[in-house]
Amino acid sequence: MPTVSMKVNGQDASADVEPRTLLVQYLREHLNLTGTHVGCDTSQCGACVVHVDGRSVKSCTMLAMQAAGSEVTTIEGLAQNGELHPMQEAFKENHGLQCGFCTPGMIMSAIDLVNRHPNPDEQTVREELEGNICRCTGYHNIVKAVLDASGKMGG
Amino acid sequence: MYEFDYQRPSSLSEAASMLSGEATLMAGGQTLIPTLKQRLAMPSAVIDIGGIAELSGISAGGGSVSIGATTRHAAVADSADVKGAIPALAKLAEGIGDPQVRNMGTIGGSIANNDPAADYPAAVVGLGATVHTNKREIAADNFFTGMFETALAEDEIVTKVVFPVPEKAGYMKFPNPASRYAMVGVFVAQTGGGVRVAVTGAGPSVFRVAEMESALGGNFWASAIEGISVSADGLNADIHGSAAYRAHLVGVMARRAVAEAGG
Repeated sequence: MPTVSMKVNGQDASADVEPRTLLVQYLREHLNLTGTHVGCDTSQCGACVVHVDGRSVKSCTMLAMQAAGSEVTTIEGLAQNGELHPMQEAFKENHGLQCGFCTPGMIMSAIDLVNRHPNPDEQTVREELEGNICRCTGYHNIVKAVLDASGKMGG
Repeated sequence: MYEFDYQRPSSLSEAASMLSGEATLMAGGQTLIPTLKQRLAMPSAVIDIGGIAELSGISAGGGSVSIGATTRHAAVADSADVKGAIPALAKLAEGIGDPQVRNMGTIGGSIANNDPAADYPAAVVGLGATVHTNKREIAADNFFTGMFETALAEDEIVTKVVFPVPEKAGYMKFPNPASRYAMVGVFVAQTGGGVRVAVTGAGPSVFRVAEMESALGGNFWASAIEGISVSADGLNADIHGSAAYRAHLVGVMARRAVAEAGG
């Protein structure tokens, strides 16, 4: 089996995997980073979104081998020194979740969208989250959380 | 997924040398990986060309925009060159899938796959682009040959797509609300060689509408094609819409595309 190495949440990671191993399997089953979820497993729901070299991707639709040599960030890599990332904090403050299953992917997508659109309006947030499905909240508080965090992520 | 070997060539010539037997090419993998997961394909090897530098990138000049085969949709959507020269093409790229799919999916992968509901084939045909491969150049009108079928030979690799800059162009699609694939998408362009109208999503493969092209050639206004209807014969019908519904949408999307183009 080939060895695949990458940097995950700032740490070097390496594992022997079958070439058909998905990035999400690599993260969850080889590195035990189970914060990244598998929802639909068909690229629709976005529960598995992580960042690869700063870009949000669906880790259920990427081979681990494709990420070789990349820098990967998962939900576990956001909090620094015990402080939640502003986006995590905003989801908490604005009650942007109910069951929480979609939340890791939602937050990873939301951070990418705010990075690309520093001061998004509500319409932009809704459009940019079209790859993430939440079946609890009706999105209202998720959008509120993203708008709240966007004001705090600058600098 | 069935088992396969994975190869990651660093040059086009190396990739071409690996492409034999049941091996398949992968760029972003946004179509191939779901296909593999459903066991609808059983390649012996996946040749990942996503890391080949010479296949990626955008350049503009001399009346055309050239987009490398492994250029991702997000890069096309964000490109100042594309937005400046052919804004309709940037808008099309921005409407593919969702942000995460656009961060991985590529133009070469999209056109080589030729999904009947893919967006890019409409732009390639609508603008009269030229598809460059490692062996030859193929005119858009000869490239897409049928449902999931193209003129590409088994051992041929798309290297770039060169789009001539039109005088005006517009793209409008009616997206499937779940998948964002085009139920119907129409790309309209006024070019030096006349008006081109290309339709995706409605039929087995992208097609042009000659009657609309000649009407718009005389008068590039949405009202010029008001009375032109497209036959439902041979159009796609599925749970999302009947052939008659799609035929109707072709007219609606074509008029909106002309309006979008400024006509």
